[in-house]
Amino acid sequence: MLDLIRISKTFNPGTINEKKALSDLSLHLDDGEFVTVIGGNGAGKSTLLNAVAGVWGVDSGQILLGGEDITAWPEHKRAVHIGRVFQDPMMGTAPNMQLEENLALALRRGQKRGLKWGVTKLEREDYRALLADLGLGLEERLTAKVGLLSGGQRQAVTLLMAALRQPKLLLLDEHTAALDPATAAKVLELSDRIISEAHLTALMITHNMTDAIRHGDRLIMMDEGRIILDVRGEEKKKLTKRELIDRFAQSAGYQLETDQTLLSKN
Amino acid sequence: MSAYFASLSLLKLVKNLPGGVAQGLIWGIMALGIYITFRLLDVADLTVDGSFSTGGAVTVMLILAGWPAWAALLMAVLAGLLAGLVTGMLHTRLGIPAILAGILTQLALYSVNLRIMGMSANKAVSVDKYRLVLSLRNIPSAILVGAILAALIVALMYWYFGTEQGSAIRATGNNPAMSRALGINIDNMKVLGLSLSNGLVALSGGLMAQYQGFADVNMGRGAIVIGLAAVIIGEVIGRVLFRKYINFSVTLAFTVIGGVLYYLVIVVVLWLRLNSNDLKLFTAVVVALFLAVPTLRERRRHGVRRGRTKEVPGDA
Repeated sequence: MLDLIRISKTFNPGTINEKKALSDLSLHLDDGEFVTVIGGNGAGKSTLLNAVAGVWGVDSGQILLGGEDITAWPEHKRAVHIGRVFQDPMMGTAPNMQLEENLALALRRGQKRGLKWGVTKLEREDYRALLADLGLGLEERLTAKVGLLSGGQRQAVTLLMAALRQPKLLLLDEHTAALDPATAAKVLELSDRIISEAHLTALMITHNMTDAIRHGDRLIMMDEGRIILDVRGEEKKKLTKRELIDRFAQSAGYQLETDQTLLSKN
Repeated sequence: MSAYFASLSLLKLVKNLPGGVAQGLIWGIMALGIYITFRLLDVADLTVDGSFSTGGAVTVMLILAGWPAWAALLMAVLAGLLAGLVTGMLHTRLGIPAILAGILTQLALYSVNLRIMGMSANKAVSVDKYRLVLSLRNIPSAILVGAILAALIVALMYWYFGTEQGSAIRATGNNPAMSRALGINIDNMKVLGLSLSNGLVALSGGLMAQYQGFADVNMGRGAIVIGLAAVIIGEVIGRVLFRKYINFSVTLAFTVIGGVLYYLVIVVVLWLRLNSNDLKLFTAVVVALFLAVPTLRERRRHGVRRGRTKEVPGDA
């Protein structure tokens, strides 16, 4: 589904702030694969997702989605095939617009936006059902401004929005990091459900090693803009946190000082 | 002092109020244009000071050339759309900050407007010789025409910004990162919004030129501030009257009302014999105060909170 072929990205080239964020990185994702991405701060996890989403162009390499070369596509064009949830719960929704308006915007992801009415009666019923499924009581607040919702609610809505129109690829950028543990667990569970129900191909960044092991069917670990570990299937299921830390030390060539580097919270 | 008050004739004030309403409605239509950029797109577009005059210049010149007034107004709208398009392109295609792009277009329009008017700074169009849409010679009719047009535009805007495309413009202003992630071409939406906004501003300029019987190259000076004043006054009044929730169409209607109220205040201020040359200073001060209110309120609230946390025992 997704092919990254030797992509590189350097920020602020030629300045003292030069930072090689992605270095000759290649990655292939099968259709329906759910991959968790883990690594320390500055390892290039978010850069990887942003490169795929098209926030900026890569310096070299190729990005293929569903066999199509999207390397030169602008962000809004890639959005036709890509659903995204950000770390900041404020980033994925329009606060001054109504809940149903936000969902309606998401339903038209990648569609032509013409002079038809922005929210139809028919889809409103769908939204009500989908929101009821979340179990957050949001189905009664379709016309409330999204800015009035809590961070967790907004993140759940963003997740719903990202998958409302089936994407070829779902990008989750530490989307539970800003939430309290209970809410984070809920949103994570919802992510699992949406991904498996719609059979989505997904990349999920997390700071939490336990989450990375428990969720998804493949785990990649990044360091200095490279993938240094790639485990899947049975091998991934049997992984422990201890093992992960050891294998990090082996591959990266240096020991993690503490769990803190991976910011594991449990 | 008593001589001053004795010199103020209440009758004269009452006589001047209807004219204030008529002009207020015209400025209100401009304020609707400014609402699109300032509130929906979250951009302060300074093109309007130029495009307001452009609207006046195009309208007057075409009427003088024998065009019917309504057709001249239509061309004025077109000219305004074009002005907005230029600002939008400077901003989105060439990466010039929106505020600077607007200033550049505004500056350029000064020369363009002079050219439109055949290199003279103003052009008169007499209501005696031409059929105009509205004129200060017949104020009740001017109020009627202004009110109908304003209502029409409010209805049109309510419809448009409820459509898929209009929603995409609103989303662009509200959360650009989200909009891109949802496949909205936010550059195009900004250009579209800036164009529509300046189209309305030019329409308002065309109406004002007919109302006062001439177009002037400087007639748009300070238009952005007057428009902001109308938007802000309208919001405040609307919020006070309707408490919390205001529907979009009501917000738009109150923007027009804001324009009228602003102009009535001007009438009163002039009636109080303030030097009319001080009007722009007065307007600027009023708008600055209104714009500062949210910040000042926020700061006050935070100040109080900080004071409280200090009192918490054991909080070193």
